[in-house]
Amino acid sequence: MLKKEDIAKRIAEELKDGWYVNLGIGIPTLVANYIPEGIDVTLQSENGLLGMGPFPTEENIDADLINAGKQTITTMPGSVFFDSSDSFAMIRAGKVQLTVLGAMEVDQNGDIANWKIPGKMVKGMGGAMDLVASAENIIVAMMHTNKARESKILKKCSLPLTGVNCVTKVVTNLAVLEVKGGAFHLLERAPGVSVDEIKNATEGELIISGEIPEMKL
Amino acid sequence: MMKKVVKNAEEAIQGIERGMTLMLGGFGLCGIPEKCIEALSKKPEITNLTCISNNAGVDDFGLGFLLKNHQIKKMISSYVGENAEFERQMLSGELEVELTPQGTLAEKCRAGGAGIPAFFTPAGYGTEIAEGKETREYNGKMYILEESLVSDYSIVKAWKGDTKGNLVFKATARNFNPAMAMAGTITIAEVERLVEPGELDPNEIHTPGIFVHRIFEGKDYEKRIEQRTIS
Repeated sequence: MLKKEDIAKRIAEELKDGWYVNLGIGIPTLVANYIPEGIDVTLQSENGLLGMGPFPTEENIDADLINAGKQTITTMPGSVFFDSSDSFAMIRAGKVQLTVLGAMEVDQNGDIANWKIPGKMVKGMGGAMDLVASAENIIVAMMHTNKARESKILKKCSLPLTGVNCVTKVVTNLAVLEVKGGAFHLLERAPGVSVDEIKNATEGELIISGEIPEMKL
Repeated sequence: MMKKVVKNAEEAIQGIERGMTLMLGGFGLCGIPEKCIEALSKKPEITNLTCISNNAGVDDFGLGFLLKNHQIKKMISSYVGENAEFERQMLSGELEVELTPQGTLAEKCRAGGAGIPAFFTPAGYGTEIAEGKETREYNGKMYILEESLVSDYSIVKAWKGDTKGNLVFKATARNFNPAMAMAGTITIAEVERLVEPGELDPNEIHTPGIFVHRIFEGKDYEKRIEQRTIS
């Protein structure tokens, strides 16, 4: 079974040289720590920055420089600032090649729910609805099941949706799944996890064809 | 020419009345007009406000001051976590909240300020955000019709400004400020440094002064940090 850092590491393998990438809050943020050698990606922060750098040192903290998770950050050489409407222009027009975000539920149609639990949690969608409606590649980083061991990889999302028919890939603590043609296709298993374990933890339709390789991390 | 420079936040907010619609720049606590918000909180008789702002401050800073005073009737925002008083008022029904996708919110302000009353966006299609809204297909993709926003007063915070109202923002404190400046019937800009015309390079001005009606230099900015994160 994968730890959060391993999920991030596995997603980092998907990055391609030259891509602009938006990383959501939580596990997706960790992807920045594992960008493979020789791959040059530019991180977009939807509050208005292309070219996000690492967290600052105590001396370099600038209250005017934060990421979309409101954390203090730094810039990289060649960074650029812009306003919120330009930021979402880039996103809406598909200039950002990859969006990685967390989810409470995903389903076999590529629908995703991650912004609201009726009666319990209403914090708002932030930029997630804009991102999932427009990005070409959307990878979801999440746990395969909830604390009660119920599947979060579903036939149909039960929570209010963030977007429909948009998720392309899901990387969980158990597996890498591709979402295609109304089903989850099992691509890889986490080290030490059997196909049966993945099957049992997946409520949505799971297509298993041939030998399923173990993830290489 | 009408003079745009005012003395301070108290003078800048003159004319804001009960029941008005305000836009307030900022993302989290970054780039919020902290001086004008503080001045508004000292006028608790100004209630029933509709506030358009990406976030709603925290309990003891930013819009949290106005929430505590029950000056806000309705918030239009994209993300409202991290504020216990906000949550309490929302769940008890005292506060009306219209959650709007962040990009849609930014575009509602930009378009409103650009004389465009509505636009189609894919954000929120197929979700509860789309309920009751017109949908249309363009090139095989579905979009929803969103109406633009304008305000009675837009209140923005800039790094530098000149007496003609031209503004320059710093780093990610720019965020919603330029679009909201455009969408104000009256736009108030508070700046860290107010300079004479000619001191700002015209090539580097972000918001042209035509969008700004009142401007003042604020003193001693607190610029509170929500998530102090170091490497």
